[in-house]
Amino acid sequence: MTTQTTSVGTPADFSLRDVLTIQIRKRFSNAGRDFTLDVAFALAPGITIVFGPSGAGKTTLLDCVAGLTTPDSGKIIVGDRIFFDEAQAIELPAQSRRIGYVFQDLALFPHLTVEKNVEYGLAGLNKNERRNKSDVILESFRIAHLRERKPGEISGGERQRVALARALVTDPCVLLLDEPMAALDAATKSKIIDDLRAWNAAHDIPILYVTHNREEVFALGDRVLVLENGRIIADGTPHGVMGAPRRESLAQLIGFENIFHAVVIAIQEKRGTMRCRIAESDVELETPLVRADVGSTLLIGIRAGDILLATVQPAGLSARNIIPGCVLSVTQRDVIVAVRVNCGVEMEVHLTLAARDSLQLQPDREVWLIVKTYSCHLMAAS
Amino acid sequence: MDWQAFWLTIRLAVLVAAVLLALGLPIAYWIAYSRRRWRFLVEAMVALPIVLPPTVLGFYVLVALGSRSPLGRWWQAMTGHTLAFTFGGLVIGSIIYSLPFAVQPFAASFKLVDSRLIAASATLGASRLQTFARVILPLSLPGLVTGIALSFAHTMGEFGVVLMVGGNIPGITKTVSIDIYDKVQALDYAGANETALVLLLISFAVLSLVYGVNRKVGVAWPWK
Repeated sequence: MTTQTTSVGTPADFSLRDVLTIQIRKRFSNAGRDFTLDVAFALAPGITIVFGPSGAGKTTLLDCVAGLTTPDSGKIIVGDRIFFDEAQAIELPAQSRRIGYVFQDLALFPHLTVEKNVEYGLAGLNKNERRNKSDVILESFRIAHLRERKPGEISGGERQRVALARALVTDPCVLLLDEPMAALDAATKSKIIDDLRAWNAAHDIPILYVTHNREEVFALGDRVLVLENGRIIADGTPHGVMGAPRRESLAQLIGFENIFHAVVIAIQEKRGTMRCRIAESDVELETPLVRADVGSTLLIGIRAGDILLATVQPAGLSARNIIPGCVLSVTQRDVIVAVRVNCGVEMEVHLTLAARDSLQLQPDREVWLIVKTYSCHLMAAS
Repeated sequence: MDWQAFWLTIRLAVLVAAVLLALGLPIAYWIAYSRRRWRFLVEAMVALPIVLPPTVLGFYVLVALGSRSPLGRWWQAMTGHTLAFTFGGLVIGSIIYSLPFAVQPFAASFKLVDSRLIAASATLGASRLQTFARVILPLSLPGLVTGIALSFAHTMGEFGVVLMVGGNIPGITKTVSIDIYDKVQALDYAGANETALVLLLISFAVLSLVYGVNRKVGVAWPWK
């Protein structure tokens, strides 16, 4: 594997046969509710992110491409190979598709060593070729020293690499990654992302990367498809797609105990944040960057459970928003304590009973509210 | 101790366990992975010998093997003798009688194999048979050992079916359990005890093996 730092951008010279075309409908049920996955798109070589909440149909989409689930109708084509075409009654079995699939739970074979796991897809080769190919990929993913270990005996990040190596060693024509980094810490994640980028630069095949993590979207993608309730609701570059403030329905607003109108006062594009002032107050918040002009009005939603409360002025915190205020009321609801705080505007904070007791909160007490940048959810003001 | 009966019983049990391994794996695979609506009927049929009195099972096997049934006539035409009251007949009766003791542990352990592992195997290019041999079977070893051991032990101790199908012919169909019955009838309690004790010890050893293997999920052999 090369370690050059080529951009992951789609090269201009990819041939038509590398394109993955998907146009399918599939009814599926999730948590008792019926959804229809109904998508149509074409993928050039390079990393495409499929972003969406759980239950949106992301895994169903990957399973259809891999041949583990049969769509109700439509077609799936890679270059000139037809994986599935309902009209022509063609369905290539999963084993014949030459797909690399890294499962959400990795699905490493627990009874086989790392080496045997990686060589699993090379059964058609003779022993020497198999050994050579697995040696190369084990080296490049820095897991050669784990060769004789079983998956149960290595760390999460190492297992992650083994799963990637096992999928990539077969020279797949399409790579499917189902939330592959979900269980990893940030440092391990970024190393594996580097490995993946380098591999992609050398091989250049369509890669579908499923995630519900915003940071991975910005770190990896050239293109993002936003999937919701089985449909693609947005398609574009990470910043273009993720940046637009979403028009929230009433139902979605109900989840936020704190909703304010706010005016954008500064955009910090390089940091990916902006500053907003809550209307009719002088409370300023740092929020994630969305596509909005300075001076425009947005809605900011903050869940009461996402706000921390301190009784002394906090220092040395990573959170960007520390707002002084004073307690208006303390109300117990079941096992949650709702504290209303006046900070120029009224904010509701949810605490546990234990937190209330140890903080000895009562009205008029001086407190500080701590709100992380990414706890501020921006929506379009109607 | 009637060593002739003892070795005949061992021979029968080994043969039955071997046949049930070959026969039980495909049946168990089908039960574990089929999505047919009438799967439950096959499951019920396989389980039938557990609840059926051995005499009932033995009676129908006897009738089926006898010269009046199509199967019995065909066999007689092929070999010149009937299956009833022969070692071969005993084997057939025992296979049916012990079928659930092999198939149920097999199927249960197949169902426990993570379906994502089977999916992973398919995406890596393995056929169903390869997936079965390389993923499902190795991960089902405790269930396989259990199934084989139980069908062996169950055949060792069977009585009713043997008596109905095989009768009591020394060297051909006289197994240890019938030998024990014979000895008790003849008031030879010391002889009966001797044989019964051997059977008891073998059964205990086999069950110890089964529970040893299943002691820890994922460990195929307790002594490794």
